[in-house]
Amino acid sequence: MTEMIKKAGRQTNQNEGLIFEKSSPGKRAFELPPLDVPAVDPAKALGAAHRREGVEGFPEVSEIEVIRHFTRLSNWNYAIDLGMYPLGSCTMKYNPRVNEFVARLDGIATEHPYQPQDLSQGCLKILQLLETCLLEITGMDAITLQPAAGAQGELTGLLLIRAHHTKNGNPRKKVLIPDSAHGTNPATAVIAGYEVENIKSNAEGQVDLGHLRQQVTEDVAALMLTNPSTLGIFEQAIPQIAEVLHAKGALLYMDGANMNALAGVTRPGELGVDVMHLNLHKTFSTPHGGGGPGAGPVAMKKILEPYRPVPVLVEKEGGRLALDFNRKDTIGRVRAFVGNFGVLLRALAYILAYGPGIRQATEDAVVNANYIRKGLEGVYDLPYTRPSMHEVVFSDAIQKRNGVNTMDIAKRLIDYGFHPYTTAFPLIVPGALMIEPTESESKEELDLFIDAMKSIAKEAAEKPELVKTAPHTTRVSRLDEVGAARKPVLRWKSEEKRSEAAD
Amino acid sequence: MGYPAQFKYSKDHEWIEVKGDVATVGITDYAQSELGDVVFVELPAAGATVTAGKTFGSVESVKAVSEIYAPASGTVTEANAALVKGPEAINTDPHGAGWLIKIKLANAAEINSLMDAAAYEAFIEEKKKEASA
Amino acid sequence: MRYLPKSPAERQEMLAAIGVKSVEELFSSIPDAYRLKKPLNLPGPYSEQEVIEYFKARAVENSEGYAHFLGAGVYNHLSSVVTDVIIQRGEFLTSYTPYQAEITQGTLQAIFEFQTLMCQLTGQEVANASMYDGSTATTEAVLMAERLTGRTRVLVARSVHPEYREVLRTYAKNSGLHVEEISYAAAGTLDVKALKAAIGPDVCAVVVQSPNFFGVIESPPVLAEIARSAGALLVVAIAEGVSLGAVMPPAEADIVAMEAQSFGLAPSYGGPYAGVVASKEKYVRQMPGRLAGQTTDHDGRRGFVLTLATREQHIRREKATSNICTNQALCALAATVHLTLLGKEGLREQAAQNLSKAHFALNELEKIPGVKRRFSGAFFNEFAVEFPKSVKMVNAELLREKIIGPFVLGSAYPELSKNALVCVTETTTREAIERFVSGVKRAIAELK
Repeated sequence: MTEMIKKAGRQTNQNEGLIFEKSSPGKRAFELPPLDVPAVDPAKALGAAHRREGVEGFPEVSEIEVIRHFTRLSNWNYAIDLGMYPLGSCTMKYNPRVNEFVARLDGIATEHPYQPQDLSQGCLKILQLLETCLLEITGMDAITLQPAAGAQGELTGLLLIRAHHTKNGNPRKKVLIPDSAHGTNPATAVIAGYEVENIKSNAEGQVDLGHLRQQVTEDVAALMLTNPSTLGIFEQAIPQIAEVLHAKGALLYMDGANMNALAGVTRPGELGVDVMHLNLHKTFSTPHGGGGPGAGPVAMKKILEPYRPVPVLVEKEGGRLALDFNRKDTIGRVRAFVGNFGVLLRALAYILAYGPGIRQATEDAVVNANYIRKGLEGVYDLPYTRPSMHEVVFSDAIQKRNGVNTMDIAKRLIDYGFHPYTTAFPLIVPGALMIEPTESESKEELDLFIDAMKSIAKEAAEKPELVKTAPHTTRVSRLDEVGAARKPVLRWKSEEKRSEAAD
Repeated sequence: MGYPAQFKYSKDHEWIEVKGDVATVGITDYAQSELGDVVFVELPAAGATVTAGKTFGSVESVKAVSEIYAPASGTVTEANAALVKGPEAINTDPHGAGWLIKIKLANAAEINSLMDAAAYEAFIEEKKKEASA
Repeated sequence: MRYLPKSPAERQEMLAAIGVKSVEELFSSIPDAYRLKKPLNLPGPYSEQEVIEYFKARAVENSEGYAHFLGAGVYNHLSSVVTDVIIQRGEFLTSYTPYQAEITQGTLQAIFEFQTLMCQLTGQEVANASMYDGSTATTEAVLMAERLTGRTRVLVARSVHPEYREVLRTYAKNSGLHVEEISYAAAGTLDVKALKAAIGPDVCAVVVQSPNFFGVIESPPVLAEIARSAGALLVVAIAEGVSLGAVMPPAEADIVAMEAQSFGLAPSYGGPYAGVVASKEKYVRQMPGRLAGQTTDHDGRRGFVLTLATREQHIRREKATSNICTNQALCALAATVHLTLLGKEGLREQAAQNLSKAHFALNELEKIPGVKRRFSGAFFNEFAVEFPKSVKMVNAELLREKIIGPFVLGSAYPELSKNALVCVTETTTREAIERFVSGVKRAIAELK
């Protein structure tokens, strides 16, 4: 019986409305120090046409109400702090708290991006040390820390490639992308001004070298490759892939989303990769925070170095660090200021805590994925059987016979106290269950997860309805997504506003 | 749901009903059932031209977007305005109230290359078999 | 290692269960020649205390102990400890993007509240769940205007933040957009005559910032009319959100791109912040970024989901409206908590204090012979002043008194080489303003 299985957690139920519904005129939760200069009349200072009396509809509540409101909301979330978060390709690992502490230090959080560089040497040293560490980990020659997230890193990488080809006389037309790639890759290629050509994976889920040779022409600017692939499999032929590309002057871009499988074990720079991005919010533990902020540094070989976005960190005589804004071949700026500094420094704090021991984290991540694979093989269908790295991809082929699909299993997992794995991705596996445990899970937690998955498989065989109608323990269940998309309600409106709108 | 005999059908799962030189175009019952609940439709405005075999708009469900291909070439005379507020008509009545556009045909002979109802039903039977194999 | 929850015995046990002798075997798919044979050359491992000491040592190499008068897109404002307490709750901090609605209702409802607050602030009808920052939000707003109009010429005010314009140019280069700049008039506002001369039927967007980079408030109603007469859209960027507590929102704009840094986010040497795109309901299908929507569950209970996801890259792939997949959820949450704490009255009072202090600072500066205000237009908490001496040299003098002087406008606008962009917020004390003014006075007198 399901009740016999020890569960990882239970969702708390609370009742909480919108903050706007608690508002009552005259309440406040924040008081400012008194004004210490003569007050000006806003109507006079701004002119009547510009003058606003106040923001209509803004909440008016007290401090305790704010605390309770958001604390109650927080209870409705699942989080790494509550248990295993096996979302494949997302690398939901422990977010060390000391990183939060140092990001908030006076002299760190307080610094303005336009303050004199001589008074920013501490910030610049942090950036320089992070650059050095990431170059050591990736085996590349140069890096930019500016991109705000992985997708912007991808764009930056492709713009570097474009600048390189343009400098050589022709930006070229196409970017090759395997069918197993993240959806961001093709979206990015288009924004960088390239056509996308898909390349098919072979039966083992690897890039087909024979096909690749035919597809790589002088029109191809680059291949965007995720390694390990989204199947959690290392692209064994990556040095040969690089050779095929380089022979035609094309470059190899590596999506570093899955770097958690490689850090300390192998270096993309030595595998023939020309440019790659890193997701600091994945491999380097900066908190996902419900969907950002992230950071997506781009590491590259020497040939791409002249095109880096401005500003570029440089070391002057005497070890003084500076930001160089004048670079004649730069692709330009990809965002304002120097990047997500607060995220970057958390990644450095993570690296410093491990040092060379970062390899142990990689090993544990790979051991954990293989332990799950071993525990669930046969219970769930394993469509690609090459060795798994940091994640394992099953399919729902066995459970489908009883009408239970990957989404149902994922939702049922919630009842066992776990966050679902990634469903229905990669696209080349119909009904995929993509599981990435990361190194942060203990054997005990992994055993709980395996038991839960086995129990769900049993339920799928014996009581499929129980799985198909899950989750059963959450505050809300199976929300009406169709209704939400047909008649979008994207903001709260006061009663009067709503009745006006209805008239 | 039956497939009306007076319609012609394309391999991209659109239907077309010709009355004089004006034709009505929609997606088939099979297409809507594959797509799931339609939440939004993007259609060309009157006056736009459509080309046989080329995309002229898209239909969205919660988690997918599907292109719609013109079964014949012509000029759009009307797009179904009711779908803006009620895209669900495509699910509930794909061959009737869920029609998408009316076009003035550029070349009536194009219609002859399309399938009739019986051929289309055989075509989707094949598709269903493939999917379950 | 303190972050890794396995004992050596457990590792062995797990390897045995997997059926391998050593962990090396698990990496057998990496060709041996490419496997690292020696440890990475990285500093560490550091204990928690050593990590803290490293960053404390860096902190003292920065600007601690200096007063500053910098704004230019990043503003010092008060924030409550409550904001930080909330966003450090593990349930928010260590949660993923809310794709699994049932167990992320907390994040989803907070985003819905954020979207509502952003609409109320900007006078727009819909707002997204946030984007990277103000600069990329502005670029995304322009790309949205391009999709909506099918046109490719963009007219951007030179008084838009210089770095926002640089980002726009980077993105425009490969998407077929032509960016042209429109200069400013004597008031510091967009040169309306130049705009009228430049606008035409091929323009997709007119882009202004308000308050603009010089701190001067633009007139969105007038600009919207000019844009509309040519079938173009008006995009208004807002870098200083606190202004919306005192200044009319750009309700006439078609798209608003805002930087939310002013709402409880530390300057943090340039990020992370949060950008926002807000617009009219009729344009929502072309909005970039995530959106949370209200719906009901099967028992009729109110709940929230990410909606209109078909605009996004994981579904559209090469046809996506944008390649941005993250929002800045935690920053947006900080802004939501911060604005909720401030509330209607708090924001109004904060904005009024900024206005008063900035006007006080300008009055004091103008008492110095040779110092005069550069632009005549109404301003909020930032203003340009012309010094009789080089701003760089004045700033160098100020540093001796532990004051970081204003932004040097000449660095981005060569024609404004003797102009400084002074920012004063509610955090700037009267004492600091007076110290700054006397420092400027002394520097000008002493510089030859």
